Amino acid sequence: MTAYPRGIAHGLWSCVICGQVANSGATSSAIPCGRCGSLVTDRRPGSSEKTLAWLTAGIILYVPANVLPVMHTHSVKGDEDSTIVGGILEFWQGGSWDIATLIFVASVAVPVTKFIALGLLLWSARWRSTWARHERAKLYRFVESIGYWSMLDVVVVAITCSLLQFRGLADAEPRPGILFFCCVVVSTMMAAMSFDPRLIWDSPVTSR
Amino acid sequence: MNASDPTLERHKSGMRLVWVVPIAAAVVGIILLVNTWRERGPTVTITFENGEGLEVGKTLVKYRNVTIGRVSQVKLDADRTHVEVVADLAKSAADLAADGTHFWVVRPRIGVGWATGLDTLLSGAYIGVESGAGGAKRTQFSGMESPPPLPHRAAGRQLVLEATELGSVSVGAPVYFRRFHVGQVIDEYLDDKSHAARIVLFIDAPHDQAITRATRFWNASGVDVSINSDGLKVRSQSVASVLAGGVAFEEGPDVADADAPSAGADFLLYKDEPSAMAPPDGEPHMVRMRFDKALRGLTVGAPIEFVGVDIGSVTAIDVGYDAVSQRFPVFVTGKVFPRRMGLAYTTIHAGGKSDTDDDLARLTAQLVARGLRVQPHSGSLLTGRLYLALDFVPASPKIAFNPGARPIELPTLDGNLGELETGLNHIVAKINALPLHEVVAQANEDLRDLHGTLQSVNGGLLPRAVTTLGTLEDTLQTADALLTDDSPFRSNIEDTLGDLQYTLRSVKALADTLNRHPEALIRGRSKDASPTPATPQAPSP
Repeated sequence: MTAYPRGIAHGLWSCVICGQVANSGATSSAIPCGRCGSLVTDRRPGSSEKTLAWLTAGIILYVPANVLPVMHTHSVKGDEDSTIVGGILEFWQGGSWDIATLIFVASVAVPVTKFIALGLLLWSARWRSTWARHERAKLYRFVESIGYWSMLDVVVVAITCSLLQFRGLADAEPRPGILFFCCVVVSTMMAAMSFDPRLIWDSPVTSR
Repeated sequence: MNASDPTLERHKSGMRLVWVVPIAAAVVGIILLVNTWRERGPTVTITFENGEGLEVGKTLVKYRNVTIGRVSQVKLDADRTHVEVVADLAKSAADLAADGTHFWVVRPRIGVGWATGLDTLLSGAYIGVESGAGGAKRTQFSGMESPPPLPHRAAGRQLVLEATELGSVSVGAPVYFRRFHVGQVIDEYLDDKSHAARIVLFIDAPHDQAITRATRFWNASGVDVSINSDGLKVRSQSVASVLAGGVAFEEGPDVADADAPSAGADFLLYKDEPSAMAPPDGEPHMVRMRFDKALRGLTVGAPIEFVGVDIGSVTAIDVGYDAVSQRFPVFVTGKVFPRRMGLAYTTIHAGGKSDTDDDLARLTAQLVARGLRVQPHSGSLLTGRLYLALDFVPASPKIAFNPGARPIELPTLDGNLGELETGLNHIVAKINALPLHEVVAQANEDLRDLHGTLQSVNGGLLPRAVTTLGTLEDTLQTADALLTDDSPFRSNIEDTLGDLQYTLRSVKALADTLNRHPEALIRGRSKDASPTPATPQAPSP
């Protein structure tokens, strides 16, 4: 593996806001950026812990998001509470396999992928692993890019509930589950944002 | 490594802040978990005949139309004869998982005069719950196939009626009090021990207050058409009761010794209103009668009458064999209600209250001694049906009555087999008794005499009569000749009559003259005395 020269080894830090490189000199605490004035540190402070905290919160919130009903529909056929997985199964059994797949990807596949990917990144960064660093970097970019697609489910519920309002015949209202799901999406996005991808490259081999 | 060391302090402070998020999430999650756990009620397993319309996760359990649970599992039981439905109930409905609670599947049902569960046509079936009185907790239930007909814990009173047969009363049939719909039939079953039909009624409050010890219930099904001296009478409670059957009740005569139903039932269900309102029959007593003649037309259920009052009925007819006389007597068993004899019974039966077979046997012994006999009578000329009549036949031969025999043996009279037959027999006997031969012989004799008389008339009388008639004719001809115009006899008579007339006129003139001139008798006629013009000159004497 080619050892690129690393700024951190020469006391050069970069500002995460404007990208300006600053010479930290002898200090180890944050210094103000010479161009934009924001604090510049060698790595994002507490990146791993923040990511871990947000990831943990996301995983915890994912349980009620799936267990609690996300939407309540009332029609002449009767009242019905539907959960995320229940809705997917209903669409699938009803023959709408395309919609079922879409909702499955948005509300199950994406969050679970993010949990696994972020967990993997955190774990490998913690042990300063040198394993598959390029792939891990790609994985991080992928996680960042797919994050907001999970909001699809929230949008579906919001639009359905606002449109389906025929009093007496059929109406729908959101249920607490969708709030938890929304929190899951926000938490995973925060986790992805908190992660400092430069940690991938802070392996002992290159830092030495 | 040196560069990262000082940052650890900052990391710590940042770490504290950001960990609030997962801790908050965990707290919310734990609260939810605890709430769910706390609100989680019992899980009950209900067994149904079939699982039509039941869907896992969708079929609701409803009590008073409020959702209290949801079906979480539907499976066959071990021997595949039933469907086991597992339902999770809410915490608030935990009391319902107890003895006495009924579960049933609400499906659309339509009957005469009612329809339920129509909302399930669109929404699909749900499981209805009816709470019982509350008892020991349990989770295994046997589901009912049809809903209990009563609303939840309605105010009112539940009654059990005893009937000999169910009739056309069905579950859900109305109960009428003065033709008001005041309740309904909620159950019917056969009693295990007595094998009597039991009908469970529910009378809505406040009409249950109308029920007293003297209340009489009767089957108000169908239409009762009767024709009597008042004319045609049609009675029915309502159209619904005609179709679906019904039960009606009224205040009956309050008597101390009313017929009591067997244990487990509150009231008797009579077959119609007249029998319900009749005075109580008291205990039935079995009697046995032996007839030596055939009893064609006597059937089980035929009435037994005492001086025209129906006091019982025939319960069995058996053919016996008498080895001594080598005959086949007919043994008729019947039950009689002595109390139906009314005042007569209480008067004769001075003992009063007790109603044992011994009492009746003593009474019967007295009556038999006075000539009480059982006779078959023809009840209907058209059908030839017989009934048994207890009548006093004073001329009947004495019969030894065995007061110890059970059932009580009533002496019978065979001879009087039906009034019509008796009447005919009488007529035939009278015809037989007539002296027909003598009458015919006498008539022959008389006819012979008549013949002789006629012969003598022909021989003697008739010729003489012809001669007489000829003589008479001659006489008449002579008379006729005398009286003709030109006969001398007649002209003589006319002349004589003319002379006589003239003479009379003369006498009259003389009488007038003498009247006016009496002296003329002496002096003769004076000159001035003008003679009357009409007076002819009287001939001088």
